[in-house]
Amino acid sequence: MSKLMPLEQAVSQFIQDGDCVYAAGFTHLIPFAVGHEIIRQRRRDLVLARATPDLIYEQMVAAGCARKIIFSYIGNPGVGSLRIVRSEIEAGRLEIEEYSHFGMISRLQAGATGLPFIPMNPTAALDLERANPRYRRVVDPYGGGEVVVLPPLNPDVAIVHVQRADRDGNAHIWGIIGEQKEAAFASRRVIITAEEIVDEDIIRADPNRTMIPGFLVSAVCHVPFCAHPSYTQGYYDRDNAFYLTWDQITESPEQTRAYLDEWVYGVDDRAQYWEKLGAECHDRLKVEPRLSKPINYGEY
Amino acid sequence: MEYTASELMTVNAARLLRDGDVVFVGVGLPNLACNLARRTHAPNLLMIYEAGVVGARPNRLPLSIGDPTLVSGSTLVCSMYEIFSLYLQRGNVDVGFLGGAQIDRYGNINATVIGDYDQPKVRLPGSGGSMEIAAWANRCYIITPHQKRRFPQRVDFRTSGGFLDGKHQRLESGVRGGGPQAVVTDLGILEPDTSGKMILTACHPGVDG
Repeated sequence: MSKLMPLEQAVSQFIQDGDCVYAAGFTHLIPFAVGHEIIRQRRRDLVLARATPDLIYEQMVAAGCARKIIFSYIGNPGVGSLRIVRSEIEAGRLEIEEYSHFGMISRLQAGATGLPFIPMNPTAALDLERANPRYRRVVDPYGGGEVVVLPPLNPDVAIVHVQRADRDGNAHIWGIIGEQKEAAFASRRVIITAEEIVDEDIIRADPNRTMIPGFLVSAVCHVPFCAHPSYTQGYYDRDNAFYLTWDQITESPEQTRAYLDEWVYGVDDRAQYWEKLGAECHDRLKVEPRLSKPINYGEY
Repeated sequence: MEYTASELMTVNAARLLRDGDVVFVGVGLPNLACNLARRTHAPNLLMIYEAGVVGARPNRLPLSIGDPTLVSGSTLVCSMYEIFSLYLQRGNVDVGFLGGAQIDRYGNINATVIGDYDQPKVRLPGSGGSMEIAAWANRCYIITPHQKRRFPQRVDFRTSGGFLDGKHQRLESGVRGGGPQAVVTDLGILEPDTSGKMILTACHPGVDG
């Protein structure tokens, strides 16, 4: 059954005010176009969950979409701090729920596999366990002391950008695969955005590469360049220069507002945004091909 | 020979790596140190990145920990849950690199908050992978600029554990890793004594110890 629809419709139909949203992707495949669409549709009181909130959640926080973030690292990767998220937390205007990376993704793993909680070996640092009451310790029933446990994370909606998907939502991902699969299985609804919509035959030609099965998926949207300034392996490079520029933009609220006005509210969709970035940017982010060798599944 | 303090720091960090080590690489200076070691005395260094990349051979210096150059030409890519469970928690990582805003004399690190957690004076990025790296890597090395404000008596928040309040405490805690083995700074190197206290063991040329 085709679930193909415009991104605008997917956001309006599947993301409500107050929802817990997980925009997946560890540095790679971050679905910026969906964040921008959520901002344009003026969603409010969202709970934004991501291991690394990155610029996508900073922009959503700046636009007033969020009441809370759930995270394990709030920095601008390789650059420094997320100024807006940081100052909102320091001012007490943004609620937080904090984990280590392993704690955060263990919660997703529990959510994705239907477990009531998930154990981890203890670490020697207890302050985060004290600061976040969701961290608990239980006695290992088989002996050997205590284990740290966390409850599942089951977001209302996962947003996952992929290289290619068919109309049913069966999705191929390669490159860094972070927590996309876990986010999709953990969430109640899944929005897939794809660089390319392909025939089912392409998916079936390489089933080992399918990370997300179509039956989990609520909507499939064709959104080329969805991830910019993040990247899509093999399609375009990470725009490191923009990550550095964002650090300067967010030095003042006026500049941040001007950015959102020009690049989010001021464009209709990702196609317009990409065109507006211009030829210099397109050229800079081009990647040379590096093909894998085909494998033989065999005819049976 | 002309060199900067930061270059010497990188070389010192690289020398701590042994051929055949499995190392959990961080961006910035640790990444440089690992790549230097692999191109010199440790050709069999296996570089693992927390984004889920094993056996990376980056062609350029990545700005972020999830750069696409880490993937192309690597030996394996897996999920984050797998990198932290199959590799780190299982005990397959020899070396981890750590940094932070505050480091105390026992190598406990604060990367979370200056001031009170609920009413922060300065909110820092938080743990990322460091809480578990500090606990489960066989050896940890801390890389930091040598500034007074970074070495307080006590850290405001223990994001990751070193020797806690003494080496015996870490042993009693039962965590598998050996804890911090050295603090590499732009002025020299500190190493733990038998109680786990970090002692200055080397100064860079020209630094008055």
